[in-house]
Amino acid sequence: MSILINKNTRVVVQGITGRDGGFHAGKMKEYGTQVVAGTSPGKGGTFVNGVPVFNTVHETVRLMQADTSIIFVPAAFACDAIMEAADAGIKLIICITEGIPTLDVIKAYNYVKLKGASLIGPNCPGLISPEKSLCGIMPASIFKAGGVGVISRSGTLTYEVVYHLTAAGMGQSTAVGIGGDPVVGLHYLELLSMFEEDEDTEAIVLIGEIGGNAEERAASYIQHHVTKPVVSFIAGLSAPPDKQMGHAGAIISSGSGSAKEKIAALEAVGIRVAPEPSMIPGLLKS
Amino acid sequence: MKIHEYQAKELFAAYDIPVKKQILCHTADEAVDAYSRLNVPLVVLKAQVLTGGRGKAGGIKLADSPEKVKANAEAILGIKIKDIPVDRILVTEAADIKKEYYMSIVVDRNTKSALLMLSSDGGIDIEEVAHSTPERIYKFQIDPLLGTPDFFTRKVAFSLFTDIKLINQLSHIIKSLYKLMLETDASLAEINPLVLTPDDTLVAVDAKMTFDDNALYRQLQIATLFEPTVEEKKEKEAKAKGFSYVHLGGEIGCMVNGAGLAMATMDLIKRYRGKPANFLDIGGSSNSEKVVHAMKLLLQDSDVKVVLINIFGGITRCDDVANGLLKAFEQIDTDIPVVVRLTGTNEELGRALLKDSKLYVANTMSEATRMAVNLALKTY
Repeated sequence: MSILINKNTRVVVQGITGRDGGFHAGKMKEYGTQVVAGTSPGKGGTFVNGVPVFNTVHETVRLMQADTSIIFVPAAFACDAIMEAADAGIKLIICITEGIPTLDVIKAYNYVKLKGASLIGPNCPGLISPEKSLCGIMPASIFKAGGVGVISRSGTLTYEVVYHLTAAGMGQSTAVGIGGDPVVGLHYLELLSMFEEDEDTEAIVLIGEIGGNAEERAASYIQHHVTKPVVSFIAGLSAPPDKQMGHAGAIISSGSGSAKEKIAALEAVGIRVAPEPSMIPGLLKS
Repeated sequence: MKIHEYQAKELFAAYDIPVKKQILCHTADEAVDAYSRLNVPLVVLKAQVLTGGRGKAGGIKLADSPEKVKANAEAILGIKIKDIPVDRILVTEAADIKKEYYMSIVVDRNTKSALLMLSSDGGIDIEEVAHSTPERIYKFQIDPLLGTPDFFTRKVAFSLFTDIKLINQLSHIIKSLYKLMLETDASLAEINPLVLTPDDTLVAVDAKMTFDDNALYRQLQIATLFEPTVEEKKEKEAKAKGFSYVHLGGEIGCMVNGAGLAMATMDLIKRYRGKPANFLDIGGSSNSEKVVHAMKLLLQDSDVKVVLINIFGGITRCDDVANGLLKAFEQIDTDIPVVVRLTGTNEELGRALLKDSKLYVANTMSEATRMAVNLALKTY
């Protein structure tokens, strides 16, 4: 088992005729993901990397039984793409695009919720259930199937952590990049709950960063609802206040959202926080 | 992006949110002239700076005669608030205050909505209220698919008032503020205080707005209001090249692919008792042209004694990254030691390629950071 995606996941790539969409459609297919379709309005009937292109997501659901979508369209059109997927009946929508206006995300998120679907991202690397399915832009070669569930607000920091996990012989059930924006879809609480229920997940790594209080909320949730061991890493201990650190959501504002507070909240409920990413496997072993 | 109070109030006025008449002044003489033009007995002089704590710093003063206007304007124009010199003041009619309220609409991460907040405790530090008496702040999620229909604004308004005239006034302000927020892509629109005058009229006495940087591409009017500090200018230039850059003031310049990893790199430098000079995320890929631009940016900072390049080769193979670095450093003339950490696909190949260069090559983040910290110590 794994969460959210597996060998049966049928993926449509929205924006497949773009450079990134086409490239990653190829990478996902190579990994064994069932990339059943792509979309690009006006380019229906063509092929990209052997994947048939359709004009609308509706057609890909009807004709190719797509159930999951991954979005690579530019920021100005990305929320429309999210809503198109939800309207078409897609159940899991992954938005890679960075730089989407937050009020657009709020609207799209609420529409997705109304349609009973789930959103991952935006501004995220996607997710992977190693050796089953890759729905994202992660470098697949560093992942390995196993029992560690990974949830992260950052892309390359996830790779750093996973690299050490794999090197230490600890494979992953599913690794999810939830995105670096202030407002994103599925977050710690929902994913913690899924990993808690997933039979194959034995332990959870939660990678956080400055901004907001999601880590504090996660700490309280873990205390009451998660029985599996959780280990964490929080980035941004040295970040100055009121400065956005790359991700739109990574900002200490009005004195709240600091790494120190987050680490304190996690440690207060017994979650071990690694001082360096490379120390996570050691904490998981002990 | 932040704007000044007077700019926010101009937007309020354009959206029919009641504000007092105001005149922006750059000198004490202009303020005296504004006083006579406003033709009211009592005015407030308010420093216009892009930071909070103006009242405590002496940036807000009342005046009821031309002499007092002149003296107070001179006093305010001479001060610095949190190191920002005051170069303009707002002269505005003072409101009679029966009671002060708080109102804001803010993009809220946890509810994933525009959150409307109101309180009868206006005029004071709302974060303090939120901390000590959170039950005194009423919060309402605005459904983005529904907006602010009458029933919703009425429900909200009844949390503060019972008189239907005030309910109608507040409903109108809520609708207008949300419309303003949507149409300008604001991430915060705050009225603190929202004043109830003795004749039962509501008026916005202060105004604060911040805007979503991701939306500025479609908010050209708002974007013109941007007044960057020296640091923000540098950050903006970096952004135009596809980088995220924040100056920190230390001596180890960092170049990293990915924001989370870039933060973790800074943290590690600090953990090993070094001082990071900056945050720099050069984005997912790392071609040689990007490295050249990034090096130029780092070397502009004269405090930088060592450069630490931390690349996690993901989709891009490490041998490609290494070749890119070699090509880049052919074009960069510097004596500053450069430590490179390369991990990911084909990492051995990548590191082997760099072996004969003048770059210091490390296998792990910890090793690279230790090397950089030691090199920085040696250069004293």
